[in-house]
This record gives sequence, C-alpha cells and structure tokens, in this order.
Amino acid sequence: MNFLKRTVPMSIAFVMGILMAFQYYVPHEASQNLLKVVTKWGMIISGFAMFIGAYSLFHMHWNRIKQKVSGWGYSIFVFFGAGITIIFGLYNGGEFFWDDKQAGTMFDWIFDYVQVPAASTIFSILAFFMASAAYRTFRARNKEATILLISAIIVMLGRVPIGTMISQYIPIAADWIMSVPNLAAKRAILIGVSIGVIATSIKIIFGIERAYLGGGD
Amino acid sequence: MDKLLKIDRRIIFVFVALAVTIPLLFRFKMAVPPTRHVISMYDKINALSEGSHVLISFDYDPSSKEELQPMAVALLHHCFKKNIKVIGMTLYPAGTGLAEKAIKQIGKEYGKKSGEDYVFLGFKAGSSLVIMNMGEDIYTAFQKDFYGKKTVGMEALKGVSSLRDIDYAVNLTAGGIYEAWIVYGREKYNFDLGVGCTAVMGPEMYPFIQSNQLTGFLGGLKGAAEYETLIDHKDRAAAGMSPQSVVHVLVVCFILFGNFLYFKSGRQK
Repeated sequence: MNFLKRTVPMSIAFVMGILMAFQYYVPHEASQNLLKVVTKWGMIISGFAMFIGAYSLFHMHWNRIKQKVSGWGYSIFVFFGAGITIIFGLYNGGEFFWDDKQAGTMFDWIFDYVQVPAASTIFSILAFFMASAAYRTFRARNKEATILLISAIIVMLGRVPIGTMISQYIPIAADWIMSVPNLAAKRAILIGVSIGVIATSIKIIFGIERAYLGGGD
Repeated sequence: MDKLLKIDRRIIFVFVALAVTIPLLFRFKMAVPPTRHVISMYDKINALSEGSHVLISFDYDPSSKEELQPMAVALLHHCFKKNIKVIGMTLYPAGTGLAEKAIKQIGKEYGKKSGEDYVFLGFKAGSSLVIMNMGEDIYTAFQKDFYGKKTVGMEALKGVSSLRDIDYAVNLTAGGIYEAWIVYGREKYNFDLGVGCTAVMGPEMYPFIQSNQLTGFLGGLKGAAEYETLIDHKDRAAAGMSPQSVVHVLVVCFILFGNFLYFKSGRQK
C-alpha cells in the first residue's frame, strides 16, 4: 500500500520534475513533442480537477445542511442555484448537451440576469466598506503611517481625472510613487517568492516535501 | 468629537451612494488624458497591418466585469476598426459569457464574421498548461472553437500555428494568470504582450513594465477610459470617470476629516 501511496507518486514527481526542467532548455523536436503531450495530459487532468472541486463544494454544503450548522439555510441555495444552472446547461435550449452550444438559451439568461448582476453587486459593495474603513482606521499614528497616508492620497487623486484638474503634478507624483518605491517593493517580493517557489519545487522533486501526497493511511 | 469618530457607518454609506449616483445622473464630462502605458498598448495595436492577429484572453468573471469589460470593448473596437483578426479565448470558466458577448456585439457593429474575421475559442481548463500547449500548437489546445467549428483551416487563424505567430496578445485579467502569460507565454514563445487588469492589481505590473516584459498596460476603469479616448470612442469607461473621481475625493475627505478629529480629540496621546 505504501508503495502505491508514496513510492509511485514520488517517483512520478521525480522523473517528470527532472524531465520537464531539462525540457525547457532543449529546443529539439522530440523535446517539443514531449511538452505538447505532457501539457495535453495536464489539461485533461485539470478538467477532472474541476469535477473534484464541484464534488468537494457539494460535499461540504451537504454536511452543513445535515449537521444544521449556523447559516445552513444558505447551503440549500448552493444546490438550488447549481442544480438549475446545470439542468439548463445540459438542456441546451432543447438540443441537449451532446449538441453544440445554442445561443439565447435559459442558461445564458441565468448568466446575464442572475450571475452577472449578483457578482457585480458583491464587488461594488467593496467601495462602501473601503470608504468606511478609511474614515475609521487610516490614521497618521506615526512617521511610517503618515508617509503611507500621504502616498495613498496622492495615488488616489492621481489615478482619477480630477487629480489632473487639481494640479498637473499630482498624476506625475502618483506615477513616480508607482514606478519607483512601489516597483522596488514589488520586485523584492517577487524575487523572494520566486526563490521560495524554486526551493519548494526542488524539495518536491527530491521527495523532501511530501505534503502533496496527503495525510493518513 | 467622540460621536463623530464613532459615526454610524450607514451615514458614510449614504455619502458614498450619493457620490456615485449624483455624477451619474447629472453626467458631467471630464478630460481623460492618456498615460504612457496605455499609449504604448495603443501604439502597438495601431502599428499592426490589416490581417494581423491579436489574441485577447478574457481572464475575468462577472465580479470584475465593470472594470475589465470596457477594456475588452475598447480593444475590440480598435482591432475591428483596423481590420485586425481577433483571437478570443478565456482561462476562466465564467469568462466565456462575457467574452462571447463582447466579441459578437462589437464584431456585428463592424460587419465581422465569426471564423473569418475573428474566432472565439472559448474556455479550456489548465491555465498555464493551456498557454504552453498553445505555444507549441494552437490547434491541439483548441481543436474546435466555442461554436463547435473546427479550428484547422479557419480563415481567422490563417498563418497562425502557435503563439509565436501572434502579432500582439492582451491578457485582460482579474487574477494572477498574467504571470503565467508572462512566464510560460511571452518569455518562452517570444511575442509582445500587454495586460489589462483591475485597478487594485495595477501596482503588481510595474516590475514587468520596467523589464519590458509587458508592452502596454491598462489599469482599472481609468485605463479603459484612456483607451477609449485614444480610439476616439468614448463609452462606459469614460462615463464612469466622474463618479469614480467624486468617490476618490470623498474618500480623501473622509481620511483627512477622520485624522483631524483624531488629533483634535487628543487620542494620539
């Protein structure tokens, strides 16, 4: 059992990790064909991963309903919303799912008049919370907070046309903040993260990092 | 003083609601001067000849539609006006509806036909793997378009066999997928890439702009409005500039007033 659960996946990770790392530097046709095949496998696996994602979502909400945890009523809407969308998606305007996607179906209607406005509404609520949070918490408590506050005001004004109307220097200052201090900080984070990714990848390839194998027997 | 510091947040919400609705009702126009990163994307597309191929990856879903859909619309207007062939695709499952709507509608305005003047490839799972697969062979990654037509031999894809043959690519994104487009797409297959993203993601793009890995960048609704100004087709993004400006000023006023009260109340001590 240990052979199937540990040795086989770790061997696959090692072989594929080494192979694909070298593949990047080999422009030979065979190497390109290998990449084509492997990426195609990956795309198929990703498709199955979506089913697993859907299964875990339903499983989690089913348990919430079963155990009647706080807010379990909302979980019913997950099944209701997903169920209706899946039914109309498969129905495909009367041509069913084995045919090409039909235009102007109920599935499109649900997307246009339920999903789009609902998602936009949730996103737009952010503006209200941000305004409230800015008023309550954005304080010049110390030197660092004051620098952050001044930068934020300059960027906020420099990123909208009214900034230019107030002063032509505001967008220039906003652009400088983004192109110099912001860029330096972002690049430092990016390099740090990239080195971390390389280190973790090496650990996975050589079997030092095994969290991806999952726990338990 | 203390009452004002602990003001009911619903009062703030009312102010924000008014700051958004009043400028929308009394539509006052604002000049939107284009910035250098938007100009560089415009120049890249504008320099392309008729029949060139521009790939647009609509990697966003309805939650960021308000910022990214106007960019998509403006880019499509520019491409179709110049008779550039558009290759549309998405790596977000919920992006298909928005992408298809934009391509179909704008294409119709210019009398463009699917399969001939543009192609919408639809969604494919796999993110970076799809990009790499397209880099090797676009027809293996997408054997059929969104409507089920075979991509091999399609007029809109004539002369394109992989990402290497794309004249310019734009990734409209609401997430981290732009990094995959840079690392596995632009760097490996050597094509020009521009990014349009939500305003909150804007700061992340600057290291890639400085290293010339990105040629052109549209940030948030303002980026879309600047592009609309450049193509001389002011639409939803330009209309959204007045409420956005008023809300930004309101938030700045809130911050300044909050700090004034904070120091006046002597809380910093």
